[in-house]
Amino acid sequence: MGLLEVKNLTKFFGGLRALNNVNMEVDKGEILGIIGSNGAGKTTLFNNITGFYRPDGGQVLFKGENITGLKPHVVCQRGITRTFQLVKPFAELTVLDNVMIGSFIRTSNGAEVRKKAQGILDFTGLRGREEQLAKDLTIPDRKRLELARALATEPELLLLDEVMSGLNPTESAAAQELVRKVRDGGVTILVVEHVMRAVMSISDRIIVLHYGEVIAQGTPKEISQNERVIESYLGRASFA
Amino acid sequence: MGKFSVEHLIRTRLNWGLALIILGLVILLILPQFLGPFLLSLAILILFWAYLGQCWNIMTGYTGQFSFGHAAYFGIGAYTSTWLLVNMGINPWIGMIIGGIFAMLFGLFVGFLAFRSGLRGIYFGLTTFAFSMVLLFLSSNLAIINKTMGIQVPLIGGDSWLLFQFETTKVPYYYIILGMMVVSNIVVYFIGRSKLGYYFKAIREDQDAAAALGVNLLRYKMTGMGISSFLTALGGTFYAQYFYYIDPDLVFGFFLNVEILLGPVLGGVGTLFGPAMGALILTPLSELTRALIRQPPGFLPFLLALQGRAGVDIMLYGLILVVVIIFLPQGLVGWIRQLRRRGHRYLEV
Repeated sequence: MGLLEVKNLTKFFGGLRALNNVNMEVDKGEILGIIGSNGAGKTTLFNNITGFYRPDGGQVLFKGENITGLKPHVVCQRGITRTFQLVKPFAELTVLDNVMIGSFIRTSNGAEVRKKAQGILDFTGLRGREEQLAKDLTIPDRKRLELARALATEPELLLLDEVMSGLNPTESAAAQELVRKVRDGGVTILVVEHVMRAVMSISDRIIVLHYGEVIAQGTPKEISQNERVIESYLGRASFA
Repeated sequence: MGKFSVEHLIRTRLNWGLALIILGLVILLILPQFLGPFLLSLAILILFWAYLGQCWNIMTGYTGQFSFGHAAYFGIGAYTSTWLLVNMGINPWIGMIIGGIFAMLFGLFVGFLAFRSGLRGIYFGLTTFAFSMVLLFLSSNLAIINKTMGIQVPLIGGDSWLLFQFETTKVPYYYIILGMMVVSNIVVYFIGRSKLGYYFKAIREDQDAAAALGVNLLRYKMTGMGISSFLTALGGTFYAQYFYYIDPDLVFGFFLNVEILLGPVLGGVGTLFGPAMGALILTPLSELTRALIRQPPGFLPFLLALQGRAGVDIMLYGLILVVVIIFLPQGLVGWIRQLRRRGHRYLEV
């Protein structure tokens, strides 16, 4: 049994079938990548898992329990935290306050929360920026903050929505490093990613979504050689 | 600069802040000894508006849910305690608490409807405004509370702390509203440093991000609404006991909705000292305008044209609001903070 199981998940937007009978499993301790072109349903999948959307059909099981349609904050309390593709920092608050808000989910003790948050700032390389306002951070640091805040909730499963896009190669490498470090700390990770090189290098396994359907899954190597994926998504040139 | 000196700087500043607050409190405590009747009633009004501003600030400043209908809770407080006093002989102090509870229930009802249907921003503000207007029209037409004639608080002809009425001196009113103002500030101070405050601010900054981090949006918005509406209603009872008279326009009126939020908007929404700072500037200004219009002094002859006309202070308010929104969108406190932050940068360089 996987940590997270998605069964026949279906979501309509009006007449558009954004997700069509999606089935997938995330195993404990792995980094699972989800790829697909724009509009393939990657973010929609995240939104349905984390309670931001209510699916029209199917189930989401976390540790064997049905969490379909639970409110976002409940999903987070159960141990699944997501980040947003367009980062959503608490702009007028300091970096430390941003992370503390994440930590408050596990305890109400202010001193303890502060200490935990500082530990996470160390871990994510944001040390020294704690008193800066989130709105004053650079793009890579904002992405770091997004991740730091999510980590502060002490999730078992972390859903990362494009944390590596929009970064230059150096920054992207640093981000990959960080994601691996998080996994090594015992967190299972589901990543949605556009940057093919990044997702291929950090994922243990990859799922390919195409117009709301899973068209392939396997190791990065298998995916890069899969005819259907090449046809519909990767294109001949890039991996031939 | 070493780490020690920075920490030292922060620590001394904190101590300075504390010393300033204590000094301010001491001054506020002995102040009535030095004030004549006019200045005393002005001081009471300043504290009164600072208190109401802080009540509004708890909800709008911290959870970011813009209320444009706080007159509703104020009026419920005023009418509940006064009606209970006049018709059932219930002590105004007890009526004050009952009024607070009624206002809180009403606030939670409004909040539940609005938040459940996902109203945010301006739409939420309009909803709260609509509810306050409903109460204005309702109270103007209910025979049981004398319709538009309002209710007179029966005079006991003397001073009594127990009965919350003072005829010969206004000083006790000063201390009552000072106590209320200080308590409201302490409440905000502790909320600001607790999980509740952090969650409030998270909701204000970004609701989706807050929810993703485990914040129960409905619960915390309702909490903010409950605290804010309860405290606002206490101000309504104070008003009734202080002025001995209430009517629908006075306590549910359209303009009250605006007046409550002017102080914090000028002083700084979502800051601890903003509401008090705003009231300290706005209230004397408004009283001064009213006095000038009532009896224009000889050296300002052009004011004669306006003599006896109501509404000039309202125009002045409008003007101040426009200026503040254009030049100080974060309010005075926000502006001071910005200056300080800039100062810091120069220091570091």
